[in-house]
Amino acid sequence: MTVEQEIIQSHQFENGLVLIGQSMPWLESAAFSFQVPAGCRYDPVDQIGVANFVCEMVQRGAGEMDSRQYIERLEQLGVDYSSSASVYGTHYSGASCSAQLHDALTVFADVLRRPHFPAEQMEDGRQVCYQEIAAIADDLPQRTLIELRNRYYGQTDGRDCHGSATSVASIQLDDLQNFYQQNYRPNGMILGVAGKIDWPLLKDHVASLFADWHARPEVIPEASPAEHGTCHLPFDSQQTHIAIAYPGVCYSDPDYYRQAGSVSVLSGGMSSRLFTEVREKRGLCYSVFASNHSVLDRGCVVCYCGTSAERAQESLDVILQQLVNLKLGITADELRRLKVQVRSDLIMQQESCRARAGSLTGDWFHFGRVRTLDECNSRISSLTVEEINRFLQEHPPRQFDLVTLGPHPLEINNDGISSTPTG
Amino acid sequence: MEYRQHQLDNGLTILAECNPRAYMSAFGFFVKAGSCDETPSIGGVSHFLEHMVYKGTPNRSAEQVNLELDEMGCSSNANARTSEESTIYHAAVLPEFQSQMIHLMSDLMRPSLREVDFETEKKVIIEEIMMYQDQPPYGGHEQIMANFFGEHPLGQSVLGTVDTVSGLSPHQMREYFDSRYSPGNIAFAAAGDVDFEQMVVDLERICGDWQPVEVGRVARRADYHTGFDSLHQPSSQQQYLLQLSPGPSAESPDRYAARVATTILGDDSGSRMYWDFLDPGVAESAGAGSYEYLNNGLVMTYICCSPEMAQENLARLKKLQDQFLDHGITQKELDLAKRKIASHIVLSSERTERRMFSVGAQWLINQPFKQVSEIAEIYDSITLAQVNDVIRKHPPQVNTTLVIGPQADLQPVP
Repeated sequence: MTVEQEIIQSHQFENGLVLIGQSMPWLESAAFSFQVPAGCRYDPVDQIGVANFVCEMVQRGAGEMDSRQYIERLEQLGVDYSSSASVYGTHYSGASCSAQLHDALTVFADVLRRPHFPAEQMEDGRQVCYQEIAAIADDLPQRTLIELRNRYYGQTDGRDCHGSATSVASIQLDDLQNFYQQNYRPNGMILGVAGKIDWPLLKDHVASLFADWHARPEVIPEASPAEHGTCHLPFDSQQTHIAIAYPGVCYSDPDYYRQAGSVSVLSGGMSSRLFTEVREKRGLCYSVFASNHSVLDRGCVVCYCGTSAERAQESLDVILQQLVNLKLGITADELRRLKVQVRSDLIMQQESCRARAGSLTGDWFHFGRVRTLDECNSRISSLTVEEINRFLQEHPPRQFDLVTLGPHPLEINNDGISSTPTG
Repeated sequence: MEYRQHQLDNGLTILAECNPRAYMSAFGFFVKAGSCDETPSIGGVSHFLEHMVYKGTPNRSAEQVNLELDEMGCSSNANARTSEESTIYHAAVLPEFQSQMIHLMSDLMRPSLREVDFETEKKVIIEEIMMYQDQPPYGGHEQIMANFFGEHPLGQSVLGTVDTVSGLSPHQMREYFDSRYSPGNIAFAAAGDVDFEQMVVDLERICGDWQPVEVGRVARRADYHTGFDSLHQPSSQQQYLLQLSPGPSAESPDRYAARVATTILGDDSGSRMYWDFLDPGVAESAGAGSYEYLNNGLVMTYICCSPEMAQENLARLKKLQDQFLDHGITQKELDLAKRKIASHIVLSSERTERRMFSVGAQWLINQPFKQVSEIAEIYDSITLAQVNDVIRKHPPQVNTTLVIGPQADLQPVP
């Protein structure tokens, strides 16, 4: 495998902040990825959407900058940036020419540590949150998958960070500041940086920006129970949107690579089982896929298909049959193709400092360390058909949760599907 | 970084930007065939053909094609796209797969178009059309292109409609294929760690016997239509506003200054539209982008907002455009836009696949190849006067507007 020697360094400051850097000297660019431990799972139950609202407001003036100066500063630096709240964290990331990296980090130190929360911009920020909620309502696949995750993991870990118009309407300036005070903290915060970097200088610079920030205790949110079974969201659409979940393992589970291998056989390429059976042979849909989904301590496999309403039941039946058939095992050819795919994807990551910075932060969060590309490749290369099939015997896809959105509900019989060797 | 080119005797063009330090190799067949080459009765055939290309050849079944693509590990990096003026088949792989990929892609360019595959894939295309009908802006893009271009071929939908696609026969597709997929109408573009000599040898061997036919295309200048139209979509929560106005064509030297102008007007961050629409939260998204075609060009403006704010936003947009035309841009805006574009050029130049698209796209518009550094220099040299001049030449007020969503009674702003 053509992987450059991977020089990944990390440092934990006394206040808990973790900095991880990967030098990619063949690039002219550099990218950073902050994860702040301020995800929507920490939203008070009557204020879902507050993490997302805070993410909006901290960028409306911080340090010496008002909101316009903030945007202009990033433009001067040529930083292509983005921000979003998710279940566990709020993410601020960006990429630029490497010479501008340190200045870009300085800007985000202000955003994270010295936001103004200008009262006069509160309503503008709230409008942005309302608009996002309404836009999701028009995204039917997204709506279906959000409902599925919400039910599967229960509130807290399965929630959508945007909240509802009602919950967002109830949030006051004090609530934003309280959430910020409690959750924007160095302990639990991860900063991944990749690209053309100088590690000693980077470490010193990050120390100057964040080392004097005091740690605060984490407040553990209460989890609420999951809801399993079937749910239909009636909607006057052309297609029925189908989302299915079945129990799986989380990223840090030793079995994760085995599960990921099996999901790849379902959905990893143009010869994968779902694509072949649902789309290629039967022409039932344009879009069908399965993917691994994980929170910190639990996981599942999620499948999605969008298909015209009158053929939706057939699509669901074909998908379920393929899921159940996984128990019969995968083939050596399927595993071989998966291995080439993974190798190719990992090598390609070396072209993108943005992808690497995101992986550094994500790995640290889930594993408490960074997996090198070489390690990931070795782990996948060593997978055997036998170990994946043993895993599938022990964890056969079953207990399917179903969410549909469209004109008519669909039927699912969780006990009545038996595995058959033919597709 | 070395640029190479070669032409086979039958007219097939071979282009490559060779970068031995790259990790990947990216390849693409660029065909001058798109919806603007269709007559209305075969609407959607270019895109349907793009799907059928993966359904096999005299040497391979559809299943074998899919297997081979996965054998080379490019499931997430092999795809195709059809637009108004071109169809592109592309793949990015590890350099060790160069010959194998060229063999497969070249073979695919002479598809069987078998009837049984044709009927199954027709269902997939119809599902794709229905999928877009459920998605914002609910067929609005096709509608506004038709409104703007009228009878001009650019007004035809790339996907076609359920009716036109249902009515297509394999024979019609074969005729279309024969008329457009002549070697002189196709380029093979590559970027990354590629062995150019070997590539030419492989392509000569597989594509050398493709028979050329005379291929015509008259890209005439469109008579743009202006106006205001509404598409009622009661199930939608948001209102979508689309607007098209003329812009420089793909060949026009003005296109660089126009892109700077569009960045200042409607980039997703820091632009005038950002400050007027996104910062105050009166829209969920708002922006403008330049699109260039042969002999034609346009600027598309897009706003997604709550239905109650739509009428007010139409007025807000008009006011912003009036100021843009009357007062032009400032030096500060120009400097920031150039910074942003320069940084974007550096970041995208590091991606092998993007370089391949750049090589092929420049051939599609019949332009001599420009390196990344040359393009960066052009943007860097753009002056305030050039940008303001291009805004006056293509005023955003000359446009056609389409509103889509639950609000049925929106009115144009005088």
